[in-house]
Amino acid sequence: MSTMLSIRDVRKVYDGGGEALKGVSLEIEEGEILALLGPNGAGKTTLISIICGIATLTSGKITVGGHDVIEDFRAARRMIGLVPQEMNLEPFEKVINTVALSRGLHGLPRNDSYLDEVLKKLSLWDKRDTPIRELSGGMKRRVLIAKALSHAPRVLFLDEPTAGVDVELRKDMWQIVRELKAQGVTIILTTHYIEEAEAIADRIGVISRGDILLVEETGSLMRRMGRKDLLIELHEPVATIPESLSKYDLRHGERDDVLIYSYDTQAARTGITQLLTDLSEAGLVLRDVQTRQSSLEEIFVGLVRDNNAEDAA
Amino acid sequence: MNWRAIQAIYIYEMTRTVRTIWQSVVSPVISTSLYFVVFGTAIGSRIDQVEGVAYGSFIVPGLIMLSVIMQSISNASFGIYFPKFIGTIYELLAAPINFLEIVIGYVGAAATKALIIGLIILATANLFVDIRIEHPVAMVAFLVLTCLSFSLMGFIIGIWAKNFEQLQLVPLLIVTPLVFLGGSFYSITMLPETWQKITLFNPVVYLVSGFRWSFFGMADVALGWSLLAIAGFTGLCLGIIWWIFRTGWRIKA
Ligand SMILES: Nc1ncnc2c1ncn2[C@@H]1O[C@H](COP(=O)(O)OP(=O)(O)OP(=O)(O)O)[C@@H](O)[C@H]1O
Ligand SMILES: [Mg+2]
Repeated sequence: MSTMLSIRDVRKVYDGGGEALKGVSLEIEEGEILALLGPNGAGKTTLISIICGIATLTSGKITVGGHDVIEDFRAARRMIGLVPQEMNLEPFEKVINTVALSRGLHGLPRNDSYLDEVLKKLSLWDKRDTPIRELSGGMKRRVLIAKALSHAPRVLFLDEPTAGVDVELRKDMWQIVRELKAQGVTIILTTHYIEEAEAIADRIGVISRGDILLVEETGSLMRRMGRKDLLIELHEPVATIPESLSKYDLRHGERDDVLIYSYDTQAARTGITQLLTDLSEAGLVLRDVQTRQSSLEEIFVGLVRDNNAEDAA
Repeated sequence: MNWRAIQAIYIYEMTRTVRTIWQSVVSPVISTSLYFVVFGTAIGSRIDQVEGVAYGSFIVPGLIMLSVIMQSISNASFGIYFPKFIGTIYELLAAPINFLEIVIGYVGAAATKALIIGLIILATANLFVDIRIEHPVAMVAFLVLTCLSFSLMGFIIGIWAKNFEQLQLVPLLIVTPLVFLGGSFYSITMLPETWQKITLFNPVVYLVSGFRWSFFGMADVALGWSLLAIAGFTGLCLGIIWWIFRTGWRIKA
């Protein structure tokens, strides 16, 4: 597989003075689905806007399919389809006209059979001659997707595609994303919802305050999430953990009288029974035992909190 | 050149024009008729002739210029302001097109509409007075160039404007006075000498004069100056637009 999108050290300072991106670097493979996860104002839209040519970049380098987005903007942009976060559509225009415009802008001849196919896939076929102002919000979202797909892009950006969208359309949307992936289209989507990222993405990137905090395979993040901590509270604090317990990889909690054992809930044997036996053999007396889940949500919140604290310092 | 993109913009813009064709055509036709009633009939009954041309016929080139200039500016400024206003400009910025292609598409459509309206006014005028056109090719050339250059100016205004008031401001405060004082309804030779000199700083004078020459073979200023003025104005507008797109001024964050 080859790199489809390469973002190197991209900084963005808006005219107002706000630094929206603080040196973002990211590589995305062809055919991959990457979910960018981050709170409001993290810089997700800014990053996408810079890649697509809607905002200028302060410094750094971006290539799409090997084409520099500034020097070789035509080749780069021909590969890109963009579904913006805002519902930017001309209210009086008919659906088919606005979709045909998008295709034309990308230098392709009008091809009604292709456009019809796109409209059918998005359940917009019967609305093709309807003015956009007569459509519901969800249908307008579909029109934006149809416009983005009108020129068969190799890279698709979906900026918060499921904001304000009902369950049905969300399912449809994921179905379309999977089909596109099957055709080898690279997809970058932004979202506030972890479940959404989990459900669809190959990798998840967490962005906060203009910094990428983590990019990891969804599977391994899930595995992290699948782990549980067993908190063992002792009668007496132990300064050093006895040698006989070394195979359990125990670590101290916030206090010296708490030991933490991490285990995989999916594993055949969690090792808890054996641990408890070994503990009493080592002469440690238990006061209390509890478990806690480390969810992706927790990892995410933790990362963002750490980052904010760092910035404040 | 991405000709397909230019074509797509042009067709899209012209479709919008067709959708509102009645608004676009009816009002210039009515206002032209009113001008004929007021200027042609009321004043014409006193002025009779200007340099051998009946006053009613004499004002036709000026009237056409007036409408064409106003139409070009309002079509083009609205054409590009509207996508900025509703946010659809993202699509132009993210497309594989450069500034020249965007300009050709938008300005071409705005100028076409202005040209059509100019011709409709000519036809309307023909119902009221006798019109002879001595240099038809030059007449069309002047008309086309005027449509293009003022559409370029309108395009700049549309990008510059931050709200609908500003969109109206330049046409109202600058263009209307220039056009009315540009010899549309009189020959500048009818003015006192000082005013004649001042008037020569008004670019519209050169346009109207050249255009009138193509009708009646007589002009207030030499034809060469008219051509130079329109070429210079077009060049200036193109330069400003090139700078706008290079810097992303008022279009890119
Ligand atoms: N045009 C602009 N001018 C100045 N500052 C801007 C502009 N657009 C965005 N910003 C600022 O840049 C930062 C990042 O904004 P951005 O829209 O990229 O965030 P986001 O991650 O997409 O947020 P959300 O999840 O709310 O869509 C914010 O602090 C925002 O205020
Ligand atoms: Mg956003």
